[in-house]
Amino acid sequence: MNIRKDRRFFEEKLIKGIMRFCALLLAGLLILIVTTIAVKGFSALNLSMLVNTAKGGFYLGKEGGILHAIIGSFCIAGGATCLAFFISTPIVLYINVYRKKRSKLAELIRFAFNVLWGIPSIVYGAFGFTCMLFLGLKASLLAGILVITLVEIPILARGIDEVVQHVPIEITQAALSLGATTGETAWKVVIRQILPGIITAMLLAFGRGIGDAAAVLFTAGFSDYIPESLMQPVATLPLVIFFQLGTPFPSVQNRAYASAFILTLLVLSISLMARFFSKKLSRHRIDHM
Amino acid sequence: MHQQTHIEVKNLNVSYGDVKALHNITLAIPDKKITAIIGPSGCGKTTLLKSFNRLLDLEEGVKIKGEIFVDKENIFTPGLEPTHIRKKMGLLAQKPCPLPMSIFDNVAFGPRIHGLKNKRRLYGIVRYHLKQAGLWKEVKDRLYEPASKLSIGQQQRLCLARGLAVKPEIILGDEPTSALDPASSKRIEEIFKMLKSRYTIVLVTHILRQAKRLADYIVFLYNGELVEHGPADVVLAHPQQPLTQEYINGVVS
Ligand SMILES: Nc1ncnc2c1ncn2[C@@H]1O[C@H](COP(=O)(O)OP(=O)(O)O)[C@@H](O)[C@H]1O
Ligand SMILES: [Mg+2]
Repeated sequence: MNIRKDRRFFEEKLIKGIMRFCALLLAGLLILIVTTIAVKGFSALNLSMLVNTAKGGFYLGKEGGILHAIIGSFCIAGGATCLAFFISTPIVLYINVYRKKRSKLAELIRFAFNVLWGIPSIVYGAFGFTCMLFLGLKASLLAGILVITLVEIPILARGIDEVVQHVPIEITQAALSLGATTGETAWKVVIRQILPGIITAMLLAFGRGIGDAAAVLFTAGFSDYIPESLMQPVATLPLVIFFQLGTPFPSVQNRAYASAFILTLLVLSISLMARFFSKKLSRHRIDHM
Repeated sequence: MHQQTHIEVKNLNVSYGDVKALHNITLAIPDKKITAIIGPSGCGKTTLLKSFNRLLDLEEGVKIKGEIFVDKENIFTPGLEPTHIRKKMGLLAQKPCPLPMSIFDNVAFGPRIHGLKNKRRLYGIVRYHLKQAGLWKEVKDRLYEPASKLSIGQQQRLCLARGLAVKPEIILGDEPTSALDPASSKRIEEIFKMLKSRYTIVLVTHILRQAKRLADYIVFLYNGELVEHGPADVVLAHPQQPLTQEYINGVVS
């Protein structure tokens, strides 16, 4: 009797211990990553990096900054996230509100999203490159945005789908019973309930988009300048980091870490902003169901 | 007693996949009376109620056979837009469910989608129906707060006001007091009594005493079958069917 009891307590303690250890491991890892890039990049970190573009010889250790890459990354990830939003939201509302949540079509589309989600982004890049060759397009901001849109659609759509599936059916029924059409129910009622979730999903997609290097490698090209049109090639932060790390010069490698630090800070601040807005937008959400 | 029929159900059969929920229901719901649908849980009360405003269409795998006439119009006519049928009926769900917007916008939602834009008239309509639902005094200073901040009892009255604001002829209530505290339940019952001269009210309830207090007409379902229906005083005092007798005397539940 007592032995059994002791064993149960021991198991309880062991399991708790394992869980705590894993949580600590994760937190430790995060701290380690951030401090590594902060420490290594600190010596290279300065304001002129943020306000200048790469000058000649930047990758050899001369003057310059990464403003062009920051802007490039923002344009690509921002543009792609917006486009992906305008494509994913209608699909998701269609399969959940216009059709029944468990219809064959809905399940088929969900399956497609899962498959698309699992495709590595280098494949999207290669696909985009093939399309560009076919259409006779050159590497450009536009091509980068389009390819990253493809990368982001499954992320966004799955995120929004998850949220829409949790919208209480009673809300839909309430709207319909007032004589609302399906469209009005989807776009005036359900959308309000899921707005905070959409923001979170957009943030995830944006994070993936801004950090993606493989898909833009072929499609957005590379440049030392701030793009002036959609048709010009652009640099992105991950590629700048990659090229800087690839040089044999320690001072340039440190700049890579500084760039990584900036990228991390950017993503973090976008995260915080999104949290702020999603709190505001969840004011009217119904969650007692 | 001469009375007009508002909703007429003919040979209605409903099944969910392989589960038969309603068998061959034929029934007439009288105009401007309170009809109570009673019966043990799982007997098909909600299914019957939701068939009236075509909300049943939303369920997965639902099959509907038969006819329902609302004001002599068959609501299952192929190609018929269910919105104008639904607009005729306000629905009170088992758990009150406000829309994810402010108190004002909840009540204004119906009138807005049906084309009303004038701000002053909207305000007037919102105020009038919140008063009808006995909620105006409690919310008049916080009309623009989220509806979800209200208590459950207030939310149910808000849902009533929201339903009334689209000017329905029928009010459907699916155990509308079952999630409420006794005081809130009593208020809802009183509002129903007040409204019945102007609306046809169909009330699903598994509380027999509530049916006794409110109903003019009783529909007793058991296991998806219509066992007995008729004027409340007759059915409750002198049930014809043994099953109804047993249910009313609390033998089966
Ligand atoms: N969406 C559904 N899918 C499958 N079966 C259902 C569904 N809704 C109700 N049912 C079944 O139909 C029968 C009647 O249900 P319902 O109308 O909700 O009864 P009540 O409202 O009287 O409790 C029950 O056996 C229930 O399990
Ligand atoms: Mg029910």
